[in-house]
Amino acid sequence: MAEEFTLSVWRGDASGGHEVEYRVPKETGMVVLDALHYIQHNLAPDLAVRWNCKAAHCGSCGAEVNGVPKLLCKTRMDDYAGQTVSVRPMKTFPVIKDLVTDVSWNYQVAQEIPPLAPTVPAPFNMQQIDADRVQEFHRCIECFLCQDTCHVLRDHHGRDKYFGPRFMVKIAEFEMHPMDGADRVPLLAHEAGVNMCNVTKCCTEVCPQHIRITDNAIIPLKERVADRYYDPVRMLLRRLSGRKKAADAPSSTSVAT
Amino acid sequence: MKQETYETLDYDIIVIGAGGSGLRAAVAASEGSGLKVAVITKSLLGKAHTVMAEGGVAASFGNLDAPDGWETHFYDTMRSGHFINNYRMVEIFAKEAPDRVLELESWGAVFDRTPEGRIMQRPFGAHTFRRLCHIGDHTGLELIRTMQYKAIHTGIDVFQEVTMTKLLISHGRVAGAFGYFRADGRFVLFRARAVVLATGGWGKVYKVTSNSWESTGDGAALAFRAGADLMDMEMVQFHPTGMVWPPGVRGILVTEGVRGEGGLLYNSEGERFMQRYDPERMELSSRDVVARSIFKEVQAGRGTPHGGAWLDISHKGPEYVKMKLPGMYEQFLTLADLDITKERFEVAPTCHYTMGGLRVEPETCATNIPGLFAAGEVACGLHGANRLGGNSLSDLLVFGRRAGMGAREYVAGGVALAEVDEAEIGQEMERVLAPFEREGGVNPYHIHERLQEIMTNHAGIMRSGEILEQGLQKVLELKEEARNMSIQGSRTYNPGWHAVFDVENMLLLSEGIIRSALERKESRGAHWRTDFPDELPEWQKINFVERYDGEAIRIRTEPVKEMPEYLAKLFTYGKAPGLVKQSEKKEA
Repeated sequence: MAEEFTLSVWRGDASGGHEVEYRVPKETGMVVLDALHYIQHNLAPDLAVRWNCKAAHCGSCGAEVNGVPKLLCKTRMDDYAGQTVSVRPMKTFPVIKDLVTDVSWNYQVAQEIPPLAPTVPAPFNMQQIDADRVQEFHRCIECFLCQDTCHVLRDHHGRDKYFGPRFMVKIAEFEMHPMDGADRVPLLAHEAGVNMCNVTKCCTEVCPQHIRITDNAIIPLKERVADRYYDPVRMLLRRLSGRKKAADAPSSTSVAT
Repeated sequence: MKQETYETLDYDIIVIGAGGSGLRAAVAASEGSGLKVAVITKSLLGKAHTVMAEGGVAASFGNLDAPDGWETHFYDTMRSGHFINNYRMVEIFAKEAPDRVLELESWGAVFDRTPEGRIMQRPFGAHTFRRLCHIGDHTGLELIRTMQYKAIHTGIDVFQEVTMTKLLISHGRVAGAFGYFRADGRFVLFRARAVVLATGGWGKVYKVTSNSWESTGDGAALAFRAGADLMDMEMVQFHPTGMVWPPGVRGILVTEGVRGEGGLLYNSEGERFMQRYDPERMELSSRDVVARSIFKEVQAGRGTPHGGAWLDISHKGPEYVKMKLPGMYEQFLTLADLDITKERFEVAPTCHYTMGGLRVEPETCATNIPGLFAAGEVACGLHGANRLGGNSLSDLLVFGRRAGMGAREYVAGGVALAEVDEAEIGQEMERVLAPFEREGGVNPYHIHERLQEIMTNHAGIMRSGEILEQGLQKVLELKEEARNMSIQGSRTYNPGWHAVFDVENMLLLSEGIIRSALERKESRGAHWRTDFPDELPEWQKINFVERYDGEAIRIRTEPVKEMPEYLAKLFTYGKAPGLVKQSEKKEA
């Protein structure tokens, strides 16, 4: 008999569900998404799983494999040789069905971020060294695995306090663009809640695009907020000049994890 | 069965499809117009097939090669399309591409730079000059993400994960579209004064394909059923370099950028075989030529262990490869356990692009149905018999914008919302729900797999009259069998149900491909017939146009429009216009 992999796939919807075991014939180089497609085509045609490109370019197939947020198209079955592979939907987002979750909140957040406001018309004169800094952020495929793993969103349900790592990367992309003239620091300090992040770097660890989210996006953004609102000299100047209201320090602080 | 209901949403303009052309159309339709515009997509926003584009966006800035200009881009595109392109589309395209790219830059796209701080351009197959603006090897991601964030700030409404099953026509003009939300299966009617189709191609009809699941030709099939003309359906591009091994990744794209950055092709005997097929352009010949060359090498017994050719970029050094081709490096490392900075790798042709599609007016992208516009891969005319790499991304921007403006002008003409026939909607809901009612019918996934097998064997890279005829019979039989597709489960996010409509669309378009391929009794561009191996001048004068009457596909020819003199002149120098000295031009 041909060799098989065993998968335990969460099946259900908003009202509840449980893991169901499936056996799938082994194929060289198989990824978890291949195994799920086999199940879908042959065993359970209504198995819901989002995917588009199957080449780690689109970021549609985020889920949790043996408890770890992963892209299903990039996770090899042979990484789990001899184990039952558990596949569950991303925990942070409400389930629609099986492995498909409602990620619409992310699209609402995206709308809150002011777009690039160039100070000069294109064509821009920009050196590669300046482009390098932001191009890292442009690699993001919006798989939302960082959002899924972020403690503020996952464990503390802090959607009303923090936009999450994905959108820190997006804000960083505009803020650090050499030609941008907009000011997103008040947004970061208040609605976007950059202070909520307590730098555990879990988002960086799960990023399939290897973006150094915490080091290169979040920490520099935190510094901008600190410079504006917590610089002791500026605080003193503000107090003396009485311009308090315009630059009120944000009230949110990070949560324990 | 309980009384089915549906929601009705009214818009001035709806755009179906949210790839590069759909988003660009929506921005053009909405920005400053005060019109109510919606974008409807079958997946999530930002996931459309545009995201897969890797190599770059072609625009003749001449940042590295100063003599480049629209004339040479026009020349390259017409030549690679083997002159059955619509010359006016190509002219508009070549002239407008640079402005569209700069627009993208001002909206946030950050292209790789030259030492002078301008947009970097890389060489690509059959482009005379270095012309592809790029961001490493993820240019499509940059384009779609930039357009996505631009679009959501222009006041449009976005409807994600919606399957459109029918395009509605009232008194000969477009009235809207009907379908359902995939998340819960609720029916929805979008009434609209104008509709822009930007639904991409149908590369999923082939087994080995670089296309994502979305490329099932929904827009083309919906419009075809509604009476729109399809053209050049025989023209399907097979990209020379898809991944070959392991089996699960077969067909995934290896960007032409690998060859653009200096990658070399070898056969199993270690020979740079392109010498035999195109000694001048070698690896950077046009896609149809390179794909056919690899195919011929494999047929001659000089293929790699899994039936392809070797591609090697390791001589450029790890640092360079990782900087210029980071996605390729990662893709091979993760999926094939192979380090492309150290080793050569196997590649083979993979279905990549459909040059055929809805016939449109060059200026406005209007189809033959009043109020219906189309742009991007679903439309036809720009690429002729073979698309140049990098031309599709600029196509999306140039004609996405024009389709949006076309729809906007049409609406400004004072056209009102058309009435929708209640009975027609009732019948459609019944049809869409029927697969749940049938018991013991055929599995839509299996029909799809069989269709892919047939199309790959009978209408693939190598064709002949006999093979195509057999293929046609098989497709027609499969179509009959597919009437009995059935599915289980509920209407909540049920991919089996969604697949039924994808498969119906692909079956119709597959028949269209084969019928057109049978008619074109010559070899031209991507269309290679072993029974008619030569390109024949008389066939350069016609395009094949198909129309569907609900029962059968009718096929007719239309003359290719002749270029005016100022364009025809560009082909009289014996070389690309940009390579001609001023003095030579005067003599000619």
